[in-house]
Amino acid sequence: MTDHSLAPRSLLLAGAVFGALTFGAAAQQPAAPPASGAAPAAQPLPPGSPLIGRPDNEAAAKLAPVAPPPLPASADKLPLAKLKVPAGFNVEVYAAGMANARSLALGDKGTVFVGSRLVDKVYAIVNKDGKRSVKVIASGLYRPNGVAFKDGTLYIAELSKVSKIDKIEDNLDNPPKPTVIYDKLPKDEAHGWKFIAIGPDGKLYVPVGQPGNNVLHDADHGQIRRMNLDGSGAEVYALGVRNTVGFDWNPETKQMYFTDNGRDWLSETVPEDELNRVTKAGEDFGAPYCYQGNIIDQELGWGKNCKDYTAPVGLMGPHTAALGMRFYTGSMFPKSYRNAIFIARHGSWNKSQKQGGDVVVVKLNKDGTVKSMEPFMTGFLEDNKYVGRPVDVMLLKDGSMLVSDDWNGAVYRVSYGKPKVAGQ
Amino acid sequence: MYKTITAVLVFASIAVPSNAESIQERAAACLACHGERGTSETENTPSLGGQQAPYALIQLFMFREKLRVFEPMNEMAKPLTDDDLRAFSDFIATLPKPAPPADAGDPARMAKGQALAQQNRCNSCHNTDYSGKENVPRIANQREDYLAKTLAEYKDNSRHGYDGTMADVMQPIAKEQIADLAYYIAHVR
Repeated sequence: MTDHSLAPRSLLLAGAVFGALTFGAAAQQPAAPPASGAAPAAQPLPPGSPLIGRPDNEAAAKLAPVAPPPLPASADKLPLAKLKVPAGFNVEVYAAGMANARSLALGDKGTVFVGSRLVDKVYAIVNKDGKRSVKVIASGLYRPNGVAFKDGTLYIAELSKVSKIDKIEDNLDNPPKPTVIYDKLPKDEAHGWKFIAIGPDGKLYVPVGQPGNNVLHDADHGQIRRMNLDGSGAEVYALGVRNTVGFDWNPETKQMYFTDNGRDWLSETVPEDELNRVTKAGEDFGAPYCYQGNIIDQELGWGKNCKDYTAPVGLMGPHTAALGMRFYTGSMFPKSYRNAIFIARHGSWNKSQKQGGDVVVVKLNKDGTVKSMEPFMTGFLEDNKYVGRPVDVMLLKDGSMLVSDDWNGAVYRVSYGKPKVAGQ
Repeated sequence: MYKTITAVLVFASIAVPSNAESIQERAAACLACHGERGTSETENTPSLGGQQAPYALIQLFMFREKLRVFEPMNEMAKPLTDDDLRAFSDFIATLPKPAPPADAGDPARMAKGQALAQQNRCNSCHNTDYSGKENVPRIANQREDYLAKTLAEYKDNSRHGYDGTMADVMQPIAKEQIADLAYYIAHVR
């Protein structure tokens, strides 16, 4: 990819814009606290700071990103009884004890691979002789959020590189170290962790988030790339992407759909997170100039027009952190769910009354636009506090669906019909 | 050398807990370096008093898992169970808050540090009185040398945070400013 040397300049630019605005605001506030008068000259917040754009008021000052407890909950302490699904569906604990369990991928032989973000591990939930157990198959990694599987090989995305382990399911007890296939990636912490997946074209899709809440950036950020499975032939596939942590392909049209998290601090109610559809390579989805298809950003959007960007096909709620998503292609759930999209909403931090913290089901019209969105799995949010936070969803071969929960370090299984023991 | 010896001693006393031993007794070895009454008198070693239990738990977990690297602490945390980690972090939170330094601080440096802290909105996550909340640590009256060291380590990302927030926040802060910030936070009343 192009030069990283561009980064400081464009990041500075973002800082300058912010600095100028802050000063404007300060000038309008005669009652500013005394010490701020003595503040040295403009020093913008860093581009990656989650505090960029935060308005100065008491309610806003109470909001900050929510960190999950570091220790996974034991199986008997999971909030299983609190989780609600529609009539006829059942929820059970599929596996527990995996600190910070995040993205999910399924092996050919039924192994479930689980990435993490705040610890250094990738886990495997192994099925052997009807028994499930959890193994750590890789550790010492840096924010290994993304996992994908194809033809025997596990792909792992860390903050700034993608690696693979061949024939992983034959070597679960003594897996070799991952070998790097691609590392031409920025190292920013902000939105640097990655969801990855392999498309129907056999390519690996790797996002690079924008390095902050609402910032201008160089040509290496704010996009989804795709590449061959050996890391060669990387190209930019979608632009104007702020932070996508989930995507999948429509089984009928083969078009990619992806969730994207909107900016913080604009207001309690907008912008909403997006569900986007890519109809051709190179489309621009607007961030950081245009959010949710119809809001020109108040700081960075001057001179821009939302008409110049692809609008989302669906809005996922403000600050709800819509993350992992999969089309339902199984046969276990009722017919009305066929080819619907299940989306895990991790839940908001940038909102006084938290929203999200659930799995929703989005049904599509024939033309691929959104027909409806309904809650599917709820109960993770209680009295404005999280008792769990869903990150990713994934189908098993029997048509049941797994849901990961990074708050508790667990994976749940949702099935339909008479409850029976999970199998594959 | 001194550190190694301490670590070994502590390791011995933490790793083989007899059931009769109270958390106070087990923590005695911790307090040998971190200070009996919440205030550390050991160079570069943080005061633990009044620390937020969720933050303390995260740090102990990170030491055990070697996500945060400091050998004596990695060694000490190695044999601890999840319940041990919870017990120690709850105990740490009950220690008295670290005592502010006797001197009120040089007014000019305090003003500089305060301005920096305001610009960078340290009070947003760390609370208006810097007492911290939940996973965000109490930093008020922390040792100045430890604050300066920690801020520098976050800046060059040699200390990985649980998440990346501090790495991002520290990006534009210059080295001289780290000294002013540490001075101010250590003296704040």
